[in-house]
Amino acid sequence: MTDASLKTVEIDPYAALQDKEPPRAPRNQWLDVWDQFKKHKGAVFGGGFLLFITLAVLLGPYIWNVDPQKLDIRNKDARPIWTLIWDSSAKTLWHRPFGTDNLGRDILSNMIAGGRASMAVGWTAMLLSLSIGTAVGVAAGYFKRLDGLLMRLTDLFLSLPILPLLLVAVTLFRQPLRANFGPEGGMFILIVVIVGITSWMQTARIVRGEILALKEREFILAARSIGTSPGAIIRRHLLPNVVSPIMVSATLGLAVAIITESALSFLGVGFPSDFPTWGKMLADAVPRMEEYPERVLLPGIAISLTVLGVNYLGDGLRDALDPRIRGR
Amino acid sequence: MILKTILLGAIATTAFASTAMADGHEGARARDGEVKIIYWQAPSILNPYLSGGTKDIESSSLVIEPMGRYDQNGDLVAYLAAEIPTVGNGGVSEDLTSITWKLKEGLKWSDGSDVTSADLVFTAKYCMHPEGGCAQLSKYDGVESVEAIDALTTKITFNQPKPNPYGPFMGGQSPIIQATQFADCLGARAPECTEANFGPIGTGPFVVTNFKPNDVIQMVANENYRTAGKPAFASLTFKGGGSAEASGRAVMETGEFDYAWNLQLAPDVISKMAQGGKGQPISAFGALVERLEMNLTNPSPNLPPETRATVAEPHPFLSDINVREALSMAINRQELVDVGYGDAGRPTCNLVPAPALYASDNTGCLTQDIAGANAKLEAAGWVKGSDGIRAKDGVRLSILYQTSTNAVRQDFQALIKNSWNQIGVETELRNLDASVFFGGDPGSPDTFQKFYADVEMYANVFDGTDPQAYLAAYRCGGEPKPSSQWQGENINRFCDPAYDAMIDELARTGDLAKRGELGKKMNDMLTKDSFTIVPLVDRGRVSAHANSLGGVVLNVFDSELWNAADWYRIGN
Amino acid sequence: MLTFTIRRLILSIPTLLFISIVIFALLQLAPGDPMAQVPLTVPPEVKQKMREALGLGAPVHIQYLKWLNQFFIVEPQFLIDWMTRNSFLFGWLPDTQLGMVYDVELEKLVPQQRNISWQTRSPIMDIVIQRIPQTLWVVGLAYLVGILIALPIGIYSAYRHYSVFDQTGTFITMIGFSIPPFFTGPLLIVIFSVTLGWLPSIYDTTHVVNDWTSFKYQLSQMILPVMVLALQTTAQISRYMRASMLDNLNQDYVRTARAKGLKEGVVVMVHVLRNSMIPVITVIALGVPSIFGGAIITENVFGVNGIGQLLITALFANDIPMVMTITFIFAIMIVAFNLIADVLYGVLDPRIRYD
Repeated sequence: MTDASLKTVEIDPYAALQDKEPPRAPRNQWLDVWDQFKKHKGAVFGGGFLLFITLAVLLGPYIWNVDPQKLDIRNKDARPIWTLIWDSSAKTLWHRPFGTDNLGRDILSNMIAGGRASMAVGWTAMLLSLSIGTAVGVAAGYFKRLDGLLMRLTDLFLSLPILPLLLVAVTLFRQPLRANFGPEGGMFILIVVIVGITSWMQTARIVRGEILALKEREFILAARSIGTSPGAIIRRHLLPNVVSPIMVSATLGLAVAIITESALSFLGVGFPSDFPTWGKMLADAVPRMEEYPERVLLPGIAISLTVLGVNYLGDGLRDALDPRIRGR
Repeated sequence: MILKTILLGAIATTAFASTAMADGHEGARARDGEVKIIYWQAPSILNPYLSGGTKDIESSSLVIEPMGRYDQNGDLVAYLAAEIPTVGNGGVSEDLTSITWKLKEGLKWSDGSDVTSADLVFTAKYCMHPEGGCAQLSKYDGVESVEAIDALTTKITFNQPKPNPYGPFMGGQSPIIQATQFADCLGARAPECTEANFGPIGTGPFVVTNFKPNDVIQMVANENYRTAGKPAFASLTFKGGGSAEASGRAVMETGEFDYAWNLQLAPDVISKMAQGGKGQPISAFGALVERLEMNLTNPSPNLPPETRATVAEPHPFLSDINVREALSMAINRQELVDVGYGDAGRPTCNLVPAPALYASDNTGCLTQDIAGANAKLEAAGWVKGSDGIRAKDGVRLSILYQTSTNAVRQDFQALIKNSWNQIGVETELRNLDASVFFGGDPGSPDTFQKFYADVEMYANVFDGTDPQAYLAAYRCGGEPKPSSQWQGENINRFCDPAYDAMIDELARTGDLAKRGELGKKMNDMLTKDSFTIVPLVDRGRVSAHANSLGGVVLNVFDSELWNAADWYRIGN
Repeated sequence: MLTFTIRRLILSIPTLLFISIVIFALLQLAPGDPMAQVPLTVPPEVKQKMREALGLGAPVHIQYLKWLNQFFIVEPQFLIDWMTRNSFLFGWLPDTQLGMVYDVELEKLVPQQRNISWQTRSPIMDIVIQRIPQTLWVVGLAYLVGILIALPIGIYSAYRHYSVFDQTGTFITMIGFSIPPFFTGPLLIVIFSVTLGWLPSIYDTTHVVNDWTSFKYQLSQMILPVMVLALQTTAQISRYMRASMLDNLNQDYVRTARAKGLKEGVVVMVHVLRNSMIPVITVIALGVPSIFGGAIITENVFGVNGIGQLLITALFANDIPMVMTITFIFAIMIVAFNLIADVLYGVLDPRIRYD
């Protein structure tokens, strides 16, 4: 490059200050989050799967309208149709694509109905336990005065034996709940509340531990020094920093809630025995898992994939929400 | 074809018997090493007087023995007794007010001391002590005195004629304990004798060496056992805990254990396990009947607690016999058996299906009759509403049907709900944890006695072979009610003065044929005449033993381990 | 920190007393009857007599005070007697007889009334102590194994975020956590005991380890239950470890540490790890008492008969003194380990102050 060629370029000093394109509104933070989220393959898969399974259990009964409680003893113990691929002599029924159980109930419609119950119980109980746990944990961690009391309360809840607690709850509340919400609705509330109030303690302890450490950090000191109210500090500064253990708690909590529900119905505290849930289908199928592996695999896979889906979704959300990771 | 099978079976049996002999069926004591038994309920104590639990009675039956037991046919066999006393041999007095037991001669406790009539007298005293809380007290009902006549003879006197005098000292529930060992353990002191309760000195084939409560018992052969050459096993391990499934698997699939007790599993699960080839299931029938109990009183939660489910409030629709009969007609009992019990169950219409003397020929319920049930309801004025549920005068046939938690029972619930649905009856199912359902806590709404449901299902049986006490449960006034703290055996709140008269007559009657006749009539009054009790299945007991374990005879009238002394190892 | 610890220890006494009252009240309220497992053939009058013999007739507050006295005063005396008599550590001391009282009627020393179980009519603490070996062997070991596997997995997964290792680890741990032990237990039995015949399916609690062969047998009977339990622990702890490490790996202090030339190993294993341990310590501390609480389902599947099995049989038999005692020991462990966790927070992060 020569001096002469430089001279031929006319420099417009104002052009450099002008935007190349027309000015746009500042980009919304949530759009950035969304962009980052979309990039996370696992999160998209997880979210997609959850969406699919939610739609399946909600809309399934309209598409596959077989009564899950309908017995058909003559067609009992049918194998799913894909068994034909390796065993052409297997007893299969084309109108029962997933096979039937030992009383001839259709497994596909049971999966759908069971999914509805399990997802409802799992999500509600998990959210309940998560909100109690987070609230208690944040309060105990941030406000020194509440710490002792709330943590001793946590100790108390941790040491309560669950079975007697269940029996007491059933004795006291089943009849009023049944009268007001019907046998299944009443049981649903009872189960969700019981699972919720017996599983929040871990989240509370974890959140409190994190908050204890976080609130001594410089950025909290800074926020406090400019007069930010405790509520705002908790909302804007503390909660976003404890999101990842909460996400893990949520994932594990969902699995625990779905499984606990089946244990409850075994103890006679759960839904009526002919009301299918994934956990119960899995538990009922265990004695016959060698002859009919699909009966354990179907609910087992459904539970696992749901939990995995929540896990990946949680991972993606956390990555997307973390400004340090975002844009990497 | 059938004949051929039977013949083949007979040949197989004889072949089996002869090889068994050749394999050292006879021989020296303690020649066969170790035998391992698994019970999915773990024994808590080896003193059946302090615990009525089956697991405790059966595990202790290896160590302590009664004067006589019931055999697999329900007949009486002498154990410690020289012979079973009867009116015929003079052991039971003509007026049925006393029974005289005579011990075999030369019997020794496992510590080497002699068994004498003093031990029998002490055993009676131990159980009849007012503060002892003895679980087998009802065996001593009506006993006025127990006295030693001489070293071997003991006489029991009753305060009234006792048609069945085989209560004390007879059967697994009433074994003889050693007076010396339990001398300081009478009444309120009973629980302080942990050592004695965990390791009673007995006359049975085995002696306890190590007892871990609710876990495992280790035993060795009793050197002082009365029969030479028995037991064949030098040691015995009795493991408790786990599940019926795990114990069945450990015997039939992995061969880790020799004997598994009471496999309450679906028939297809058991037959799959049997394909494991290490062991085989065995079954036998007693008088255990799975039944539906109809609530004759109103369990509605809207009633005040003083009158809810009491005779003051008759049931809105189950008090109509047509409804009860229709409910029974709609059930396909054979289907229930196929799903729940297979070869170990048979459909029955009787509350007392055995022994033959008391078994009525009532078979009317065995065929399902949906059309008949529908017609019966229709005729009685129960007509279907728009929702398909029958109703009359605003009362809908909507049933709350409860039972304890158990996979087979939940299958039964689903099947019966399905049948009732076909006759326009709506059913809500409820299952409860057995420890609550069968408990007698008056504060719980869920006990079977309280019966806050319309229909409930469970199984019941009587000890030994005499159903007198069992049938006497359905007396007017014997129902659970608030004033009795909800205790009582008349679960259905059945009341019929004619029935009560027969209870009294049965208690007075000594002649067996006459007793049988009365028993059948009472059975019919409760079942086919009133449908208060709707029997479903006569349930057999299924247990399993290893193929290499010989001499097992399944006995449902006494302890399953009643003949463990005769067990032996079949050689390779 | 020392004053904090002492204050908390003192405070834990009223806490535990309060917990014991709540548990006792709960057990009294819960429906149930110690006669539930007695066959229906035993008539109700006899059952009533049996209940009275168990002391069920006494007023509730008397029952509670009796339990309290037995648990806090009588049982420790028996423990001291046992230690001065039989234990290796204190056996040299003169034998004490604190548990014995002089009976005027019999004119000799008789043992005081101990805390008796309704099912077995024997002292509860003896049974609890009897159960400790198998509980520690199986549940305790599984917990230890679980932690030892979980920590490296969690750390490496976070360090190599979204690598194949991370993805596989996530997949396996999440599936492992969402499949309950009532399924994995029988599944492993079917594979390893029934089909392959390698390992026993029922745990032998009477087995004594005294040589190499018996040690091998002990290992073989422990593998399956330990695997089932460790899977759950691993899944849980590794997830928390990973999440917490991820949070810290992008912090400024990590960049600073790297910038000043620290080795990568030191940065990750010292700086990041230490700052990530708080949630993990919480979870581990919460899990230790549950070793004592036992693993009810797994113990049941394999017949391990540890403390979990003891508790569940006591619950089903409505053996209130036994349930009360086990639950209360569990509560003591919870209070103790949560205190330990709180102290550890302060050690890990000196900025945390309680005073």
